[in-house]
Amino acid sequence: MSTSLLPTESAAQRPGADMPMMKPHLYTYVAFDELEWLATGDESVVEYDGEAWIGGDFHRLWVKAAGEQSTSESHGDVEFQGLYSRAITPFWNLQTGLRFDHRYGEGTGASRAHVALGLEGLAPYWFEVEAFVFLSDDADASARLEASYETLLTQRLIVESEFETNVALQDVPELGLGSGFTDVELGARMRYEFVREFAPYVGYSWSRKLGETADVIRAADGEVGGGALVIGLHVWY
Amino acid sequence: MKRDEPSRGLTRRRFLEVGAAAGAAATLQTVTPRSLSGGPAFGTRPAVLDGREAEVEISIQEVRWAVDGRERRAVTMNGSVPGPLLRLREGTEAVIHVRNELDEPTSVHWHGLILPNGMDGVPGLNFPGIAPGETFTYRFPVQQAGTYWFHSHSGFQEQIGHFAAMIIDPAGPEPDPADREHVVILSDWTFENPHRIMARLKKHPDYYNNQRRTLGDFFADVSEQGLGATLSDRLDWGGMRMMASDVSDITGSTYTYLVNGRGPDDNWTGLFTPGERMKLRFVNAAAASFFDVRIPGLPLTIVESNGQPVAPVEVDEFRMAIGETFDVIVEPGEDRAYTLFAEAMDRSGFARATLAPSEGMEAEIPPKRERALLTMADMGHGGHAGHDMGQMEPDDAMDHAGHDMPEPEPMDHSGHDMGAMADMEHGPALRAPGTLPDDQMHGPDEHGAANAGVAMMATSRLHEAGIGLGSDGWRVLRYTDLAAREVRPNFRAPDREIELHLTGNMERYMWSIDGVHFRDAEPIEVRFGERIRLTMINDTMMNHPMHLHGMWMELENGRGDRIPRVHTVNVKPAEKISLLFDADALGPWAFHCHVLYHMDAGMFRIVHVVDPTMADQSGRHGDVA
Repeated sequence: MSTSLLPTESAAQRPGADMPMMKPHLYTYVAFDELEWLATGDESVVEYDGEAWIGGDFHRLWVKAAGEQSTSESHGDVEFQGLYSRAITPFWNLQTGLRFDHRYGEGTGASRAHVALGLEGLAPYWFEVEAFVFLSDDADASARLEASYETLLTQRLIVESEFETNVALQDVPELGLGSGFTDVELGARMRYEFVREFAPYVGYSWSRKLGETADVIRAADGEVGGGALVIGLHVWY
Repeated sequence: MKRDEPSRGLTRRRFLEVGAAAGAAATLQTVTPRSLSGGPAFGTRPAVLDGREAEVEISIQEVRWAVDGRERRAVTMNGSVPGPLLRLREGTEAVIHVRNELDEPTSVHWHGLILPNGMDGVPGLNFPGIAPGETFTYRFPVQQAGTYWFHSHSGFQEQIGHFAAMIIDPAGPEPDPADREHVVILSDWTFENPHRIMARLKKHPDYYNNQRRTLGDFFADVSEQGLGATLSDRLDWGGMRMMASDVSDITGSTYTYLVNGRGPDDNWTGLFTPGERMKLRFVNAAAASFFDVRIPGLPLTIVESNGQPVAPVEVDEFRMAIGETFDVIVEPGEDRAYTLFAEAMDRSGFARATLAPSEGMEAEIPPKRERALLTMADMGHGGHAGHDMGQMEPDDAMDHAGHDMPEPEPMDHSGHDMGAMADMEHGPALRAPGTLPDDQMHGPDEHGAANAGVAMMATSRLHEAGIGLGSDGWRVLRYTDLAAREVRPNFRAPDREIELHLTGNMERYMWSIDGVHFRDAEPIEVRFGERIRLTMINDTMMNHPMHLHGMWMELENGRGDRIPRVHTVNVKPAEKISLLFDADALGPWAFHCHVLYHMDAGMFRIVHVVDPTMADQSGRHGDVA
């Protein structure tokens, strides 16, 4: 019965202060945009690129993880970022935090930490864009631009095209980086969304080292670039 | 099949038929909670709770409910979806005991009813809510007649079954007597958890849109309209980062659309005898779906809207926004079945029932119409309209003047209060009451990160049928068609205008008013006795059925002192709409979008009616009965 209709301590609060709607809603997101196997010439590689966030509409905590691991030998690299993300305009989030890189195996082990600052969002004409600058613990500055675009062949069959490039402001010899544009990557992956959360894909990924970075690799008789067929999964929850 | 046994508990000549089980149930004055141990409750048809002479009892229960042969957990009133039909009589006092048998809090809100604030049923605002195991008694004078409904105002319970229709018999003669009546409750059913739906929308707002434009559509448009026009159209939409196909954010990809709790395969059937004059009392009790309703072969005469008598309008189809009710007279003369067809606005599915002389009959189901696409006009970019001409009726695409209504009736009452207005103390003179709003350029405030775009020019679109409707060659109801049957009492100019912008950001699935989530918004304060013009400008690309609790709004649709009363009004994309209301009920009242997910996302305000002569009422839960 209507026993407690009159408010008690909350009498001074504004009306509605007790409504369940007043509680903040938190949402969580976990995704592997790419979880794939690259078939290259001599050795094959597993690559992954994922992200997760928790938060509300304006403020979120993000983690991003990306890396690759040889399937035949124990070397690879991993990059991990922990970021605070804030919606600053309808389509753009300002993100800032820390990035850790680690390279392991084959005697090339190296770790670096960075401060990261960037924008993540949706550009006009439906380009998903990430633009970041990084400052490492050795005071090396670099920048990265990533963009992707989806083309719907049908409601479930979707081609995602990607572009990524990195710029170093100075040489980082221990990582084999020369100043200027260091690399570029282009990819196209066609996925089939059995459900939105689960979509296997096939695609082609092409990458190339650029400029002085390419020179460094050539000097060491390394490969500066090439393409590979990829098979993978796009999953999220 | 046992037909209804009229009038054992009813004194009226006519009786209400809600299905085969209704006759027996209608004789019960109080329905006690039914044991659930007897197995699933599916297959049950709604009973009738007769609150006209006696107190009634509603039990909020969780049951397994089946739709089209598949089951899910439902939150129900007295164990059925929809809940029991509640009958009340104008001029009496309703006493309704609501017992919560769930393990979570619940509530019942009486949609469209004018009642004391403490009886309105919004937890945390008008009352504390009903805790598990508790009984709350709603007790209020019944001051109106017509078709209404009631539903939970707690969480997403309404989505999973907690809703029912309510008919209030008039104290005087029935304004539109019929030989037979059926209640037709439209709703949307999902086998998913609504919280999961909400979470998915927050992550991928187009999750449920399976009608997005594809590469194939691009080539089809190129061959039809040419490369230049197609590219220009795609660039217009892409530049705004909006989808022309974004008509409904939750669609038939998860929803089964129901009539009286029955899926299209279950085929709810309403019986008639050929030649009868039949009243269909439509309620859109969906959580997130608009319906376009027609009965091929039968003209539909709209006689009541939002529970209020309107001058009869004959149409072939009408759109129902969420929360709206319409009474429709049909006179099926032939001895055959008719399909009652309620297509989701985005054409992603339909609810279907049958009107027939006997059970088991069926009529043809109309073919699916082409998916609706938004146009630049829906974005308030009138100058670019025309790229999607094929989708629209001509006056949607080209004419936004809003003033040249197709109706022959002149706006003859629109000027008579001008003199009074000039005497007003409150700011600049307001437009004459009952008239349509003027076009309005958007101001500089873009409402921040919560809003993804503003309508450059907001216009009155009450004369438009709405997105994807009106070009089929038959008559479609428009808001300008609605005129109150009686002259509005106390019709006068407003004292003050309040302008609200409906805002949102589909990419983040944020919905708000003036760019501010309910959590961060101050209540809209109005003084008791004030007459307010509430002007709404929809800065989003979606339709928003806006619902004010506790007070009637009068929709300024150009009908002067016959403007219709509404409790819910749909605001189209880029539309400017105005309503009048008298702040004649003290207390904090809910005002919100009736898309349940938009409300949950923040498209909600409190309209707080205060009496400045009374001290200390800011935190009161209104005047408690």
